[in-house]
Amino acid sequence: MSLRKRLARGDHMIWFTGSALGICLLMIFGLLAIILVNGLGIFWPHAIEQVTTGDGSVLAGEIAQRQAIPNPGHADHLLNHRIQLRTGNRDLYGFDFTWVNESDIVKRERPAGIFFVERSEYGPLVGTPVRIMEGEREIASDSKAAREKLPGLVTKAASDREAIEAIEKDEIGEVNYEIERLRLEARRLDFRQGREPGLDFAAERAEIQGREQSEQARYAELEAKLVGLLESAAGTRVTFVTVDGQEKELRSLDIYRAYPANELSVFERAGTYVSRLWGFLTDEPREANTEGGIWPAIFGTVMMVFLMSLAVVPLGVLAALYLREYAKQGVLVRTVRVAVNNLAGVPSIVFGVFGLGFFVYFVGGGIDRLFFAEALPTPTYGTGGILWASLTLALLTVPVVIVASEEALAAVPRSMREASLAMGATKFQTILRVVLPAAAPGILTGLILAMARAAGEVAPLMLTGVVKLAPELPVDSFFPFFHLDRKFMHLGFHIYDVGFQSPNVEAAKPMVYTTTVFLLLIIVLLNLTAIQVRNYLREKYRTAAF
Amino acid sequence: MKTTAPDSGLRIRTAVPSKGDSPDVRPSEAEIVCKSVNLAYGENHALHDISMEMEARRVTALIGPSGCGKSTLLRCFNRMNDLIDNVRIWGEIRVSGLDVNAATTDVIEVRRRVGMVFQKSNPFPKSIFENVVYGLRIAGINEKTVLQEACERSLRAAALWDEVKDRLDESGLGLSGGQMQRLCIARAIAVEPEIILMDEPCSALDPIATLKIEELIYELKENYTIVIVTHNLQQAARVSDRTALLWLGRLVEYAPTAELFTAPKDKLTEDYITGRFG
Repeated sequence: MSLRKRLARGDHMIWFTGSALGICLLMIFGLLAIILVNGLGIFWPHAIEQVTTGDGSVLAGEIAQRQAIPNPGHADHLLNHRIQLRTGNRDLYGFDFTWVNESDIVKRERPAGIFFVERSEYGPLVGTPVRIMEGEREIASDSKAAREKLPGLVTKAASDREAIEAIEKDEIGEVNYEIERLRLEARRLDFRQGREPGLDFAAERAEIQGREQSEQARYAELEAKLVGLLESAAGTRVTFVTVDGQEKELRSLDIYRAYPANELSVFERAGTYVSRLWGFLTDEPREANTEGGIWPAIFGTVMMVFLMSLAVVPLGVLAALYLREYAKQGVLVRTVRVAVNNLAGVPSIVFGVFGLGFFVYFVGGGIDRLFFAEALPTPTYGTGGILWASLTLALLTVPVVIVASEEALAAVPRSMREASLAMGATKFQTILRVVLPAAAPGILTGLILAMARAAGEVAPLMLTGVVKLAPELPVDSFFPFFHLDRKFMHLGFHIYDVGFQSPNVEAAKPMVYTTTVFLLLIIVLLNLTAIQVRNYLREKYRTAAF
Repeated sequence: MKTTAPDSGLRIRTAVPSKGDSPDVRPSEAEIVCKSVNLAYGENHALHDISMEMEARRVTALIGPSGCGKSTLLRCFNRMNDLIDNVRIWGEIRVSGLDVNAATTDVIEVRRRVGMVFQKSNPFPKSIFENVVYGLRIAGINEKTVLQEACERSLRAAALWDEVKDRLDESGLGLSGGQMQRLCIARAIAVEPEIILMDEPCSALDPIATLKIEELIYELKENYTIVIVTHNLQQAARVSDRTALLWLGRLVEYAPTAELFTAPKDKLTEDYITGRFG
């Protein structure tokens, strides 16, 4: 067959189009594979390697990576290798990670009895437990006895921490909350007196003072309880000795996890893996976000997406209804439509700046002056918060919802509207009872797109309420339970912060991957939920097919 | 109320042609009165000086070639032409005494009195029950018992009750084409209109389903005044009492059906019904 004929038949098009799709799929799956492998690998408890170098120094740690040594222009360029050891013990060595050239190593071994310890500060500790003290009393004097006692201590430490946190966060938190409220009440009285000097608030003031005193008493009581708890829990101390002979004493309270890295069976490793993964999902971050979990960020991300959906659906649907059902179709409406479409292409940071200027400073500042004047100059709503971040994102995604809703409304068959109108329904009744239900699946498609975009957006959030570390979730047990003025954590920002703002880059790197995994997972879950709802509606309001 | 029997179609076909000869004993005052009705879509003058009267509890058929204005005339009776921009109507239309186009007339009121069944069945994407009671719901009636009673009555009147009584909460869109059209009829009569307009109600249906609808029309005219637009001359002959032929927006001939089909006065009518017409 001649080339001309072949070209005309278009076989090459199949190859072209097929390869284009193939490249896209390859990139997507490659990206996912890299993220998953790097992100989910970090929880696996690796063996601890002890290396002795030619100059006699001894190091021990997990092998983080192995690479060829670049030495451009020389014969040994990329021929020799070096390994990166995660030695831990930053408080003793001044570093967590170190490179060792393989050519310098004289001995490599995996000694039994060496522990990998996760603790509250300075990153992990690698060493052997040798002694346990309770107050002044030694309850384990050798390595064997210390090893036997260690797991019990770690479990007790976890429950002690829980008890301490319960007092610190819930009980003392409640007292602080009350005291702050009383302070604001007193200020409110000052304000009123300022406006109406004739009034006398002596009785109210006395009452507030009385209540404040009782709260202060409660506070003192709780503090005493806390100190007692801390003293009893902190009395137990474990001494570890590192491979180069240095000793480190840790309070058992500070130990989060400790395992003999070279003696674990596969099942024990798997158990540790699962428990670390679970901890990552449910714990709060520690040590400038490089340790601990991402629970507040997960919570913040999901809550923000929900708030955004609550705002964007009514706004987008109403706007689309007006454009499609009520507005007289003409040049003006066409212009508006084009403008809305273009709005979707405005860079998100611009929306962030707008959100900061409009929502935070203008609306939030106004709310503060009107309703929270007694708290000023501390802003309540006049500063970034989850509400303003959600509304900014709603503004960012509203064009998507408008466009999708308009299409969905246009797709409702004319015959269906006519049927309703011919029954004597008004236009409003027709829209409410027939058109909107029939358009619901299409509107939800718009919401799905909006959610996917919003969940991954970071730039506008940085201006409108996301923080590196939020001490409190936006939902808690204090009235009114939803604190939409609070700042929050977000997985996307967490990735940026951990990866690029962290003081400890090497330790943070795997966290970036892992956080990415969970950000993707959450977006997928949110989308799947919305798609399920849409499919249900589609089935319910399926249009005639005959 | 009679349910569908397999031989009932035959009965109608034999019964209808003889009707023109035997004078009907029921009272027949004019229900719809048109006096020189004109309609224009912008510059396009679609209806010219239509004057006719349609009798109560009779079936009037509107026939004519495509684009002759049958549907447009039909839609004048419940003001569905309002939905189209740039429509002007002049002349007088009275539906059971109500001046349809008067400024003081409430269009909702007109449409409550004049039900409509469309060419393509158009049930709502709701359950069968909700489809039938739609008109009652929008009128603000929400008592369960009233709705149930109206639903059963309308579905029985539309000869659909026995087929759907066990699945009233299933989607109206899961029915067959003929059932859907009968569902639309049930929906139209649930609000107890005086007049039912049918715009080619059988054109998308198979012959069996068509037969059922025709039988239903025959039953419905006991209580309702029916105006039907059809392309099917046999259908017009079978179901209607009087027939009007429209041509290019003008009323050519309007006479009792038997008379129009057997002894047309107009040459145009004769050509049309004998198929000698372009």
